[in-house]
Amino acid sequence: MGFNFIGLIKAAVANGTPLLFGTSGEILTQKSGNMNLGVEGLMYMGGAFGLCGAYVYSQIAGDSASGAIAIIISIISAFASGALGALLFSFLTVSLRANQNVSGLALTIFGTGVGQFVGELMRVKVGGYVSVPNALKNAFVGPVFPELFRNIPILGELLFSYCIFVYLGIFIVICMWYFLNKTKKGLYLRAVGENPSTADAAGISVTKYRYLATCIGGGISAIGGMIYIMTISGCVWNHTALSGEGWIAVALVIFCFWKPLNSLWGSLLFGVLLVLYLRLPLPFIPTQIYKIVPYIATVLVLIFVSMKQKKDNQPPAGLGLNYFREER
Amino acid sequence: MEKKPFVRIAKRENASYLSAWLIRLLAFVLALILGGIVFMCAGANPISAYKTIIEGSLGKAHRIRQTVKVAIPLLGTAVALAPCFRMKYWNCGAEGQITMGAVGASFFAIYFGAKWPSVLLLPIMGLAGIVFGALWSLLPAIFKARWGTNETLFTLMLNYIAIGIVAWLQGGPWEGMPGSQIIPTFKESAVLPSVLGVHCGWIMVLILMFFMYFYLNFTKHGYEVAVLGESENTARYAGMKVRTIILRTALLSGAISGLVGFMVCSGTDQTLFANVANGVGFTAITIAWLSQLNPFAMLIISMMLAILSKGSSALQSSLSVPASVSGIMTGILLMTLLGCEFFINYRLIFNFKKEVL
Repeated sequence: MGFNFIGLIKAAVANGTPLLFGTSGEILTQKSGNMNLGVEGLMYMGGAFGLCGAYVYSQIAGDSASGAIAIIISIISAFASGALGALLFSFLTVSLRANQNVSGLALTIFGTGVGQFVGELMRVKVGGYVSVPNALKNAFVGPVFPELFRNIPILGELLFSYCIFVYLGIFIVICMWYFLNKTKKGLYLRAVGENPSTADAAGISVTKYRYLATCIGGGISAIGGMIYIMTISGCVWNHTALSGEGWIAVALVIFCFWKPLNSLWGSLLFGVLLVLYLRLPLPFIPTQIYKIVPYIATVLVLIFVSMKQKKDNQPPAGLGLNYFREER
Repeated sequence: MEKKPFVRIAKRENASYLSAWLIRLLAFVLALILGGIVFMCAGANPISAYKTIIEGSLGKAHRIRQTVKVAIPLLGTAVALAPCFRMKYWNCGAEGQITMGAVGASFFAIYFGAKWPSVLLLPIMGLAGIVFGALWSLLPAIFKARWGTNETLFTLMLNYIAIGIVAWLQGGPWEGMPGSQIIPTFKESAVLPSVLGVHCGWIMVLILMFFMYFYLNFTKHGYEVAVLGESENTARYAGMKVRTIILRTALLSGAISGLVGFMVCSGTDQTLFANVANGVGFTAITIAWLSQLNPFAMLIISMMLAILSKGSSALQSSLSVPASVSGIMTGILLMTLLGCEFFINYRLIFNFKKEVL
């Protein structure tokens, strides 16, 4: 069997899309100076509630269920669950000044618990197996571009053959880049993340920016979990599937140097690493060892970034630190 | 003219011991109430659910033993993490250090289990666990000390690498029956003996708890760790060798986590599998922080979380509430306890009258 390059890229894009959402959401969060380590939990919640939303809708609408509405409902329910989870985190860290690392881990424990709980509860309530009708499943994974585009040789396959979430993700990332670098509000947000006391002195509300960025970022990350469950896992709750996904997303933030546009190729690269063991099996590397390559790559990137210490590639200076106005 | 804000925050000057514990108790009650709402969502009566949790974890002697078994690695790992956190070194890699410790211990259990007697084998397994755990923890510490590499993510990634290594061993070199993907159960000689019905790991963990209390509070090492945690510059001006302290502390922490890995694989599971650490490393981080690095408080919180986790499996069988509810409950409890520290350190001043300054 020859090595199928286009197949590899397609699989990499499919596996990279959940990471793209997870990472870009966390970039927005971290730009505000909040280091939310709860992405893993948020993605679990997004996955469970996204599936739950689509399932409930398909039960209510019956045969007349429309794919587009199902997708919108899934996105909204995943986003809402993630934003709520991130709201808890913001409340603990911004308002109650709890340690960010520990709050993030507590959110991970809570979120994975909620995700598992909702997933299992659905299974118990339905009596066995939660499944979304095939028509809806196809709406989630099916290509959005008409056949005309997809029939273009090579380019059609590489550019126009993906499901809607790929393009949505690219759109979100470009919007985020524009917001952070070209708008006043984005500048304010970055100021809050770099030096909260200066921002505060300039009349920017640190609390407001941190809350909003964390909640919106958390919601975007949670959509990533929903995409994983609805596309890669085939609309079935699988309690181990999402394991580790959120942590890779957090690592990717560093890999991308906190720049939204970098997350496009970063998540594509990690998508390649995630599927490489299936697509390019090497007889001298056991599968299980092959699977840890993405994590090793992350470690190498971390080391590389810390050795280079380039000025452009540094985290927001206020990252991970809570801001106490009276202690400045 | 400016309106007075509705709520103001003021630092509590000297919060009394009693009021601090009262606030924590209130947070605990709040967690129970929120948990009750979760149970109601799952269609169970909250009061009977809590009763089931208590009975399922503490109702009979053998259930208490099971609960203690869950608490052992939690306490051991929280103790292991204490010096790291005092130093503000965010070791999130206890999960991997436990796993690698278990790998080291299992190596001897698998290859020498049939040949060596218990008295020789068990100490060597323990030692191997310590060495493997310590080395696994040393790796990120070296980079942290030399280049300031972000230890949070480095240690996190090492968790998944360690788990991947075990997954490979499980299906590869150490596999029992071909195709089973399972490492065979350890021989009798490689299993930790029981004391009072629970493997003797509990004694080791309690000793470690006392050791850590003295290490952190009454030794030069403990003092150095505390100074470095407060301010790296102060430590440097005082002539402390910052790099050495980082390496030494990470080594100690990894060693204890590795020992916990030995206890889990030899005492509880009696085999090795990829999920040997089972989230303990993550939960222990929150335990360590909530107890404010006081080893004795860790004992209480570990038991509390063990009761939750053991009780939740009883909940699944009797009230058909998914056992994953323990994750939600643990998360809620951690969050309320984290949040309540704010009310211990600060007080809110409400301004009910709409005064104008």
